[in-house]
Amino acid sequence: MKAHGIVHKYGDNVDTDVIIPARYLNTADHKELASHCMEDIDKDFVNKVKPGDIMVANMNFGCGSSREHAPIAIKESGIACVIASTFARIFYRNAINIGLPILECDAAAKDIDAGNEVDIDFDTGIITNVTKGRTYQAQPFPDFIKEIINKGGLLKSIKG
Amino acid sequence: MGMTMTQKILAKHAGLETVVPGQLIRAKLDMVLGNDITSPVAINEFEKSGFDSVFDRTKISLVMDHFTPNKDIKAAKQCQQCRNFADKYDILNYYDVGNVGIEHALLPEKGLVVPSDCVIGADSHTCTYGALGAFSTGVGSTDMAAGMATGEAWFKVPTAIKFNLTGKLGKWVSGKDVILHIIGMIGVDGALYQSMEFTGEGLKSLSMDDRLCMANMAIEAGAKNGIFEVDEVTLAYVKGRTDRQFEVMKADPDAEYSRVIDIDLSEIRPTVSFPHLPENTKTIDEIAKMDKIKIDQVVIGSCTNGRYSDLETAAKVVKGKKVAKGVRAIVIPATQQIYLDALKNGLLETFIEAGMVVSAPTCGPCLGGHMGILAPGERAVSTTNRNFVGRMGDTTSEVYLASPAIAAASALTGYISDVQE
Repeated sequence: MKAHGIVHKYGDNVDTDVIIPARYLNTADHKELASHCMEDIDKDFVNKVKPGDIMVANMNFGCGSSREHAPIAIKESGIACVIASTFARIFYRNAINIGLPILECDAAAKDIDAGNEVDIDFDTGIITNVTKGRTYQAQPFPDFIKEIINKGGLLKSIKG
Repeated sequence: MGMTMTQKILAKHAGLETVVPGQLIRAKLDMVLGNDITSPVAINEFEKSGFDSVFDRTKISLVMDHFTPNKDIKAAKQCQQCRNFADKYDILNYYDVGNVGIEHALLPEKGLVVPSDCVIGADSHTCTYGALGAFSTGVGSTDMAAGMATGEAWFKVPTAIKFNLTGKLGKWVSGKDVILHIIGMIGVDGALYQSMEFTGEGLKSLSMDDRLCMANMAIEAGAKNGIFEVDEVTLAYVKGRTDRQFEVMKADPDAEYSRVIDIDLSEIRPTVSFPHLPENTKTIDEIAKMDKIKIDQVVIGSCTNGRYSDLETAAKVVKGKKVAKGVRAIVIPATQQIYLDALKNGLLETFIEAGMVVSAPTCGPCLGGHMGILAPGERAVSTTNRNFVGRMGDTTSEVYLASPAIAAASALTGYISDVQE
C-alpha cells in the first residue's frame, strides 16, 4: 500500500476538540463531520484539502477526547495518512480500528513542511519527501496491528 | 520481574500468569460504557458489521449525559437511537433524563465498578474508575462496538509512573490541585501510553472524591489509566453499593516503574491551569502577584468536580455572600443523588441565594455542548478538565481550570482569587 500527496502541517498537542468541535457531535454522519474538520485550528482546511493529501504534526497528535468522530472526519475529508512524532493513545487505536493509516516518525514530522509533496510506502515504513529529496524511516506496526489493518478494521477482523 | 497494579489486573483478565510492558493482549471486560455522543457511532458500526447479540446485557452501560436534556433535534435523535438499541438488547444499565448522571460520577455511585475490574468506555475520562483500584481506560466507538459484541478488548501492556504520596492536604486544597500540579510538572504527554499509579501513606488522607477527580484527569497527562492502591477508604466506598465479590490487587514489591515521583501533599497549593493546555499551571500565590484576571463565567460541576464534596466546598465559600456583578455562576450536580443530597442539606439554597444557577446533571458546558457557552473573548473559571481552544465556546474564549474552592471564590470577586476568610 502506498500514498502520495501534499502536506497539511500542524504543531504539538493537536486535540480532538479542534479536529472536530463538540458542537458538531450531535451527528454521526461522516460527510457532515468532514465538513467541519480542523475548523477551530485551520478554518480553511476543508477548502484546501484534496483526496490523497497527507497530514503531518508534531507531538501528542489527537490528545483529549476519545471521540472517534476525529479520525472519521480526517479520513472522510480525504486525508490518506497522518504522520506525527507521537500520537495520543486513544486517537492511535481509533485510527487503526477505523482504517485511517497513521505513522509515528519524529524525523519526518520535524523536517516536513506544509505544502511539501510526500510519498509513503506502508510496507517498508519509508516516507519520501519529494520536495526536499529526503527519506525518513517510520516505525513499522506490530503484526497484531497489521492484521487488524489488513482485514479492514477491528470489527471486520473480529467478525472474520 | 514483578508486576504493577495495572499489569496484574490485565494479566488476570487475559488469563495469563504474567505480562510484560509492550505485550499485546486480549482482555475480558467487566463493563463496556458509552454515552449519547459516542454510542451512536458504536451502534452504527455494531449493526453495519452484522452483530445481532451483546456479550452480556448486564455489563454494558449507556449513559445519556452529554447533550441532555436533549439540546436540539439532532441530539434528541442520537438519544433515541441509543434508547432503541437499549430496548432491543435489554441493556440493564441504560440511564436517561430522570435517572441519568454524568457517567463517571454515576457508575461508581451505582456500584457498577469494583476494585480489579477491567473496564473500557467510549469516553476519554473512563480512567476515573482507577480511583476504585480498577483498570479502566477510554477508547473509541469501534472498540466499544467490539466490546459490546465480544466482551473483550486488545491492549498493549503499559509501563507505569509511580506517584508516592506523603503528607496531608492543607485547608481549601483538594485532589484537583494535586492532579493539576502533577500535569504541570510532567506535561500533557508526560505519561503517554503509561499508567499513573498512586500509592503511599498520603493516600489515607485523600477522600474518594479527591481520588476520583485525580484519576479522572490522568488522560490529561496522556496516560492510559490512573489507578489508586485499594485501602479502607476504597472498601468503605464500595461496601453497600454492590454485592459483587472482588480480589484486591497490589503492585509486587519488585514491580518496575519508568519513573518514581514523590509528592508531599502538604506542599501542594491551590493550582490553576491557564489556557489552552492543562499543563499551563500556576499556583494561586503566583496568580496573586499578577494583574487581576477578570472573569465572565464560573462553572462548578463535571465528571471531574461535580460530586457532593465539591458542591459542599463551593457552598461553604459562597454561603451568605453574593456572586460579583457581571459573573454568571453555574452549578451542576453530577448525579440525581448528589442533586437530592445537596437539596436536602441546603446547598442549593445557598447557591441560589448567592446568585448562582443550578442545572440538572449534564456534561453540558464542559465540552461546549450547551448550558453555558462562552462568547468571543469571554473567560471562565471552571472545575472541568480541559481548557483547549474553543472547548467551552468561541475559539477566542478562555477556560481556566481550578478546584471548586477557587472557582467559588472567583465567582464572588469577579477575578481569579483564593478563598477570602
